[in-house]
Amino acid sequence: MTTLLEARSISKCFGGLEALTDVSLAIKRGEIYGLIGPNGAGKTTFFNVLTGFYRADSGELVFDGARLDVNAPYQVAAAGIARTFQNIRLFGNMSALENVMVGRHLRTHAGVIGAVLHTARALDEERAIHERAHHLLEYVGLAAHQHDLAHNLPYGDQRRLEIARALATEPKLLALDEPAAGMNATETATLRHLLERIRADGTTILLIEHDVKLVMGLCDRVAVLDYGKKIAEGKPAEVQRDTAVIEAYLGGALA
Amino acid sequence: MKGVGLIQFKQHPAALWIGVALMAVALLTLPFALAAIGTTWVRIMNLAILFTLLSLGLNIVVGYAGLLDLGYIAFYGVGAYTYALLASPQFDIHLPFWVILPIGAFVACIFGVLLGAPTLKLRGDYLAIVTLGFGEIVRIFFNNLSQPINITNGPQGISLIDPFRIGGFSFNQSETLLGLNFSGPVKYYYLLLAVLLAVVVINVRLQDSRIGRAWQAIREDEVAAGAMGINTTHVKLLAFAMGASFGGIAGGMFSAIQGFISPESFVLVESIMVLSMVVLGGMGNIWGVILGALLLSFVPEILRHTVEPLQRLLFGKLLIEPEVIRMLLFGLALMLMMLFRPAGLWPSKVRKRELAE
Repeated sequence: MTTLLEARSISKCFGGLEALTDVSLAIKRGEIYGLIGPNGAGKTTFFNVLTGFYRADSGELVFDGARLDVNAPYQVAAAGIARTFQNIRLFGNMSALENVMVGRHLRTHAGVIGAVLHTARALDEERAIHERAHHLLEYVGLAAHQHDLAHNLPYGDQRRLEIARALATEPKLLALDEPAAGMNATETATLRHLLERIRADGTTILLIEHDVKLVMGLCDRVAVLDYGKKIAEGKPAEVQRDTAVIEAYLGGALA
Repeated sequence: MKGVGLIQFKQHPAALWIGVALMAVALLTLPFALAAIGTTWVRIMNLAILFTLLSLGLNIVVGYAGLLDLGYIAFYGVGAYTYALLASPQFDIHLPFWVILPIGAFVACIFGVLLGAPTLKLRGDYLAIVTLGFGEIVRIFFNNLSQPINITNGPQGISLIDPFRIGGFSFNQSETLLGLNFSGPVKYYYLLLAVLLAVVVINVRLQDSRIGRAWQAIREDEVAAGAMGINTTHVKLLAFAMGASFGGIAGGMFSAIQGFISPESFVLVESIMVLSMVVLGGMGNIWGVILGALLLSFVPEILRHTVEPLQRLLFGKLLIEPEVIRMLLFGLALMLMMLFRPAGLWPSKVRKRELAE
C-alpha cells in the first residue's frame, strides 16, 4: 500500500499552549486510520490543520504525492480531502438532497451564463448532479428523507448526511471528526457498516474518535495523541497494550 | 429548472396557461387603465418597476448570498451617471442606449468588484457599515466631481439626457397605433416590463442553479460551504457583481426615463428603501421581493393622493402633511411586520421543491 497522506513534524501553538508538537504520521491508501487520545490531546487541532482551518507553525503535509499548501479550506477539498464536523454543520434549511448537491459544486462547472441560458451542457450537468446526489443518499441510507430539511432529520441521520455531502466532493481521503459522538449503539453500528463500505469502495478514511470500541474494531491502524505529542502508533491490538497509552488514558494507575 | 412551475404545469397544463394568459393580458392593458386615471400613474408604475428591478438585484446580494449591503443605490447611481454622461449634452456624446446600457452594467459591475474584493472578508454588521460608507462616498463623488474638471456637473445634476431611441422611434414621443394612444411613459412601461421579465427569469434560473445553491450554502453556513470546496470569496464576489450589474441597468433606464439626474436621487434613504422592499416582501423569494417593491412604491403615492383630500373632507383643513403620514405608516408597517411576519410578507417557501424524478 502506498502512502496517501504524510504529516511531517507538524507543530501548532496557541499562545503559550503547544497544541501539537512534532506530530508525524502516515496514512496509507485504502486504510481506516484512527486518531485517538484523551480530551485536549490535540486531535481536533491536527484535524483543523489538515483541513486548512488552521495553519501549522512548522512541518508539512504531503498528500497524494504533492505538498499540501493551502490558504483556504476550499483548496483542501479541491485536493481531495473532505471532512465532517464534530458539531454537525449541515445547511439546515436546505433539503437533504440539496445538501449533497452542494457537495457536487467542486466537481462541476456550470456558471452564471450556463444557468441563465439553460445551455444543454448546464442542464445535463444539473441532471447529473441531481442523480449523483440521489445515489449518494441511497448509499448512506437516506433516500427516503431526500426532501426533508436537514435540520429536521434525527441526529444519526444528520451525521450520515454530512458523510454523504463529503463523499459528493469525490474525496481520496474522508476525514471524520468524532462521527459517533452522541450516537446510540444502533446508530453506531449502522455508522460502522457505512464506514466499512466506504473503505471497501476505495476511499481512505481518517477517523478521529472518542469511542474506543468503535476505533479498535474498525481501524487498521491507530495513532494516539497525548498533550500534543504522538505517543503510540500501530495496530489497534498493539496500541491497546502500550503502556504509555494506558497511562495516558487511565492516569498511570495500571502502568 | 425543475422548479415548482414546471411540475404544476405538468399536472394542470390548462389552468396554468389560463393563469399566464390572464396575467399577460392584465399586464399589457395595465398602462391604459392607469393612463385613464392620469399619466402620472403610468410614471409612478414605471418608477415602481425600476425599483422592482433594483430590489431583484439587491435580492441576489442580500436574499441569496446573505450579504447585507446598505449602499446598493450607489450602483444605481453609477449606471445612471454612466448613461447620462454618454447620452447628453454634458460632453456632447450621444451613444445609442443599447450600447450604453451594457456599458453601464459593466461599469457598475466593476464598482461592485471594487467594493467587494477588499470587504467581503467582513461579515454581518461590519460589511453593512463598509457598504453604507461606500454608498455615501459614491454620492459625494457625484456631488463634487464638477471641479477641477466638470464631469458630473455637481449638485445641479445632468439634464437633457437622451431618451431611448431606435432609429426614428423615440420612447418619449406619443404615437397612435390602432386607435390607441401610446404616450412616452406607456412605451417605457412596455420596455421596463420586458426588462423586468428578463431579470425575473435570470433570478429564477440562478436560484435553482449550481451557483444559487452555493450562495444559499454560504448563507446557511459559510465555514461548511468552504469545507465542501466552495470558493466562498469568489462566489460572494459574483453575487456582488451580479447585483451591481442589475443596479447599473436600472440606473441607465432611470436616467433615460427622467431625462435629468442629480446626486440627490442616490442618497442613503434610497438604499434603505430598496432594502426595505426586499425585507418587507420576503428575502430570497422573487415574488415576495416584487410584491414588496410594488407595495412600497405604490402605497406612498396612493396616500399622497388620498390623505390630503380626506383630511379636507373630514376636518375642512390639512392637519398633517401627507409626507409625515407616509413615514409614520411606513415605520408602523415595518414594526408590525417585524412582530408578526419577520420573514417578510411572502417569504421564500421552506422549500419542498418537488424535483423531477
